[in-house]
Amino acid sequence: MDTYIIQIFNGISVSSIFVLAALGLGITFGLMKVINMAHGEFIMIGAYVTYLLQNFFLTQMDKSIFDIYFLLAMPAAFIIAGIMGLILEVTVIRHLYGRPLDSMLATWGVSLVLQQLARSVFGAPNVDVRSPAWLNGGLILSQGLQFPYKRLFIIALVVVCMIGVFWLLYKTATGRRIRAVMQNRDMAASLGINARKIDAYTFAIGSGLAGIAGCALTLMGSIGPSLGTAYIVDTFMVVVLGGVGTLWGIVTGGLVIGTSNTTFEFFTNTSWGKVLVFLLVILFLQWRPKGLFTINSRSLDDQA
Amino acid sequence: MWSDNFKKLKGKIAGVILATFLLSTVLSGCSSSKQAAQSPAAGDTIKVGILHSLSGTMAISEVSVKDAELMAIEEINAAGGVLGKKLEPVIEDGASNPATFAEKAKKLLQKDKVATIFGCWTSASRKAVLPVVEDNKGLLWYPVQYEGMEASPNIFYTGAAPNQQIVPAVEWLLQNKGKKFFLIGSDYVFPRTANKIIKAQLQAMGGEVVAEEYTPLGHTDYSTIINKIKASKPDVVFNTLNGDSNVAFFKQLKDAGITSKDLTTCSVSIAEEEIRGIGADNMKGHLVSWNYYQTTDTPENKEFVKKYKAKYGADRVTDDPIEAAYIQVYLWAEAVKKAGSTDVDKVKEAAKGLEFKAPEGLVKIEGENQHLWKPVRIGEVTEDGLIKEVWSTGKTIKPDPFLKAYEWAKALGNS
Repeated sequence: MDTYIIQIFNGISVSSIFVLAALGLGITFGLMKVINMAHGEFIMIGAYVTYLLQNFFLTQMDKSIFDIYFLLAMPAAFIIAGIMGLILEVTVIRHLYGRPLDSMLATWGVSLVLQQLARSVFGAPNVDVRSPAWLNGGLILSQGLQFPYKRLFIIALVVVCMIGVFWLLYKTATGRRIRAVMQNRDMAASLGINARKIDAYTFAIGSGLAGIAGCALTLMGSIGPSLGTAYIVDTFMVVVLGGVGTLWGIVTGGLVIGTSNTTFEFFTNTSWGKVLVFLLVILFLQWRPKGLFTINSRSLDDQA
Repeated sequence: MWSDNFKKLKGKIAGVILATFLLSTVLSGCSSSKQAAQSPAAGDTIKVGILHSLSGTMAISEVSVKDAELMAIEEINAAGGVLGKKLEPVIEDGASNPATFAEKAKKLLQKDKVATIFGCWTSASRKAVLPVVEDNKGLLWYPVQYEGMEASPNIFYTGAAPNQQIVPAVEWLLQNKGKKFFLIGSDYVFPRTANKIIKAQLQAMGGEVVAEEYTPLGHTDYSTIINKIKASKPDVVFNTLNGDSNVAFFKQLKDAGITSKDLTTCSVSIAEEEIRGIGADNMKGHLVSWNYYQTTDTPENKEFVKKYKAKYGADRVTDDPIEAAYIQVYLWAEAVKKAGSTDVDKVKEAAKGLEFKAPEGLVKIEGENQHLWKPVRIGEVTEDGLIKEVWSTGKTIKPDPFLKAYEWAKALGNS
């Protein structure tokens, strides 16, 4: 019985990592229709920001306050990945709106450049980030039934990020402008919205969210230049399966892929788990090419 | 819709592809082919190739192995070189990719005309380089323990054969820890072959395999496998994971509330260098099996550890593959001196039976299969990230890559 409870928890936990990684992509790809192949590298940037902040606390600060570094790392990862995203938008992406194929190739190039840059700056071997002490151990429910705090923390983090994004998009004036520009840029512009500025900020927010995901991933394993490539396929799969452009799609897509992945893995093995998930997604998209949730808007038809 | 778009954008796509291609060529050009800083006129030096993963998932292990080889070369040069010539290392990055390893090995042998190559870590990379050194009549010195079932005339194996690491470890675990084994490994040739050997051995010796799991190299989510371990209640988890996956596995094992007190794990690809990356507090008390540890008590080792730390920093550690990489450079140099030439056939002939006072003890090259006689040591990870020996064979063991000495291994040789 415990085994199955833990397995369900594992499913949710893996899903939450997928959702977190895909949330930023949901904005850049889902809303803006930019196929951002460099999304994984923004995850990597967030992870390295955490690593740098950890080193700063280890060498410059008193040992007693080391554990709070992680709390600072999340906003720092968001801001720095966001700034990098802004730079990418201003220099590359803005020339490529409405041209998904171009944006895919250009951002793929950017992703290679960023990986190589990380290799030059931080060295090729992966580095380990020490988790704060308050995330060690787990919530013990009974003998043999233990939920690691790190995974509970990531689940909570995902919920907070989701609420944040939802609030921003649907409850603020900025969010309204963002949605207006994404749905009909010309009309929004003619109504006096600075579409250029909105584009840049939206892309930066999407990239910043990837940074937070990177920060969370330091809890799971080691950090290296190719960290992002491990997640890019899964995150695109989550967004496409969920239905491009919907927040609920990302949550459901992440849940479906995460739980089916761990379930298949439990009953078969790791490689077969991945294969079966891919098969499932392919079959599903045959049946419903637009994913689980679709929004009927003109923008989806207009964009190629 | 897509095709219209495509027509319009074809030119630009081509441009972007071209730009990306150029950029990546330039970038990779910058990062590889680093030669030694000063390269004296040809004829005064003997070029030797160094081929390891300096990037990618295996870099965690191979960078320090490269450092050990460079240190040995430097020492040999300082002592006057070989045959009156200085050694000149040509360093290439195999990038954790077997195809890149093969390509770089070809470049080292054909373009740089190196006298020998020191290199590789994963069996996949060695298997990729094997046909290249055989076709080009080159020489490869391979410093890592491996799954055996191989003896190429163009390779010297200075790490452990299975009978010098895996087989004695399984035997010791059966006697001291229990009969139920859970096998976990990365999904490529070494773990799969190693587990084949372990399964045959367990069957012959009254053990039992409760499960066998493989994950891709670089895999990072072990929650499901840890759950399977919990459910199957093994006495021993025999771990053949390679590279960074170990970091994720041991971190998550600890987070799931399992420590070395609850479960015995024995790893054959984790040494002092990897423990630094995993974190000593995540590995404390877990078992490993090798031929050498930094704490190994010989006068040669004290000297070796002192020199390594002086060169690369006090926080650096030595470990089994580092030591094997270091001594293999000396073994090659000795063989060249004895042969009076760098000619591959002459060096091979001279190497037969060659002995060397290594940090791990006195080792000897077995002429029959070009492996080393080595002692076997089982160790426990300590709090400070080092390994304490808990059991040792005491004497060196004859290398037996095909496990000919074992009745139960008869069927394995054919597979």
